[in-house]
Amino acid sequence: MIRIANGQGFWGDSLEAPLEQLRRGPIDYLTLDYLAEVTMSILQKQRSRDPRAGYARDFVDMIGRGASDIATRGIKVVANAGGVNPEACRDAVAKALNRPGTKIGVVAGDDIMASLDGLIARGVALKSMDTGEPLSSIRPRVQSANVYFGAAAIANALAQGAQIVITGRTTDTGLVLGPMMHEFNWRCDDWDKLAAGTIAGHTVECGAQCTGGNCQVDWQSIPHFEDIGYPVIEAEADGTFVVTKHAGTGGRVTVASIKEQLLYEMGDPHEYITPDCVADFTTIQLQQDGPDRVRFSGIQGKPATAMYKVSISYSAGFKAIGTLMYSWPGAYQKAKAADTILRQRLERLGLRFDAIRSEFAGVNACHGSLAGEPAPDIAEVILRFGVRGQDKAAIERFTKEIAPLALNGPPTVTGLGAGRPKVEEIVAYWPALIPKTEVSPQISVQET
Amino acid sequence: MARVKLVTIAHARSGDKGDTANVGLIALKPEYYPVLVHEVTAERVKKHFAEICLSTVERFELPNLGALNFLLHESLDGGGTLSLKADAQGKTYSAALLRMEIDVPDDLLSKNPVSG
Repeated sequence: MIRIANGQGFWGDSLEAPLEQLRRGPIDYLTLDYLAEVTMSILQKQRSRDPRAGYARDFVDMIGRGASDIATRGIKVVANAGGVNPEACRDAVAKALNRPGTKIGVVAGDDIMASLDGLIARGVALKSMDTGEPLSSIRPRVQSANVYFGAAAIANALAQGAQIVITGRTTDTGLVLGPMMHEFNWRCDDWDKLAAGTIAGHTVECGAQCTGGNCQVDWQSIPHFEDIGYPVIEAEADGTFVVTKHAGTGGRVTVASIKEQLLYEMGDPHEYITPDCVADFTTIQLQQDGPDRVRFSGIQGKPATAMYKVSISYSAGFKAIGTLMYSWPGAYQKAKAADTILRQRLERLGLRFDAIRSEFAGVNACHGSLAGEPAPDIAEVILRFGVRGQDKAAIERFTKEIAPLALNGPPTVTGLGAGRPKVEEIVAYWPALIPKTEVSPQISVQET
Repeated sequence: MARVKLVTIAHARSGDKGDTANVGLIALKPEYYPVLVHEVTAERVKKHFAEICLSTVERFELPNLGALNFLLHESLDGGGTLSLKADAQGKTYSAALLRMEIDVPDDLLSKNPVSG
């Protein structure tokens, strides 16, 4: 049995969780997920300003803080912290670790930004999986393009003796399946086992969201959110596993908390497609196996497809969102009046947008009209007013129309302390597919 | 038959994939699952989310988990960074679905009381 912990559900998750995972109980592997779809474009911009940047700095700091735990207990670390510059990340990690003789693996080759035009010329259209349009329609606006590699490259780096594996854009599930393939010598066509490892990875990829975080069942009784335990997988060679957490930590692992996470961001449950296999979520059997332990069995998979998924980001215009808070009496009426006034003023200014959206926090921002009418004496309502468009100047002009309402509109308005809303460039996501024959992971393992 | 809100017999979690929101709906007890299958059809979910979901609703069954998964297409104002919604990732749509009222056989509820 091997223990695989997850200590990071996304870039921005708890800085302490990875260290707690190292220190509060036994683990063999620590996996960390740092990359979201739009993270790559941010990192791409950082690298264009500084050739040594473009990776998750938080990971380097974490390695520095956890160096002695990692070194003395021989814990292996697998993280997609490399972003668009995994080699620079490796150099920074080697320095932070400060343990000569440690082998660090890098999985690169996912960045296809430089080869996009060649691919398109060869007939690889990289059509949007959402709209079917070819990438050529937005080619000049592309900011990053990265292939999602799977677990096999990670397993390969581990087999070469790497104690730390840093990847660029790999799947979140591969971070967990890779160690299992390596430890248990699973074949690349053992679909049921690969599916089991994939589902283990899916279960823990959002960190504490499977150990009580966000759980709707009896949430008030879930103990010690302030010390919530992140997930630990106890994996067996036969593909069965238990999801648990370190003893003495907060949170709760139940069949209910696990089911919620299994369904998170789920598409067709029969066909959960990764580069490694196609996992069938309708075959999972769950069983409570003591307090804070859920056992998985029965998982079946199908052969992998011939394609990798590509994560492409592109510039898609600008947006800005302003807010105004109105108090009792008549809070909702005042906020609705402010909404009308704003729309009229934008109209008078002749400003055109692709979209204008107003929501009333406290009334309908989450559930729309399903929430029903608010109480007549509602204490306060926040008008949240957003615009989106291609013309940056129009969005800029909009941001200057919020503050005047502090003095020249309905009464008892506040919440303008933060100043004018910020104009944000929209970096949108273009999911596409690429034949596996067009690109392959570059694996290197070096001793520090 | 008793008319109850889904929150009485189910829990849920929602997330996003682009402009599509997914809502996983899970029976609080195994015996409630057939009620979910019968009552919470794709058509009814589309009607429930009429204001939010601008395209179609797909439903998938996971009897092994006592759960249904719904895909609500075109429900996030473009999704991701394009969206002007406060809930651009549909994180609270799980709770929005639990507002739906359905018919549950009386004996099922009286035999198995569940606290709200």
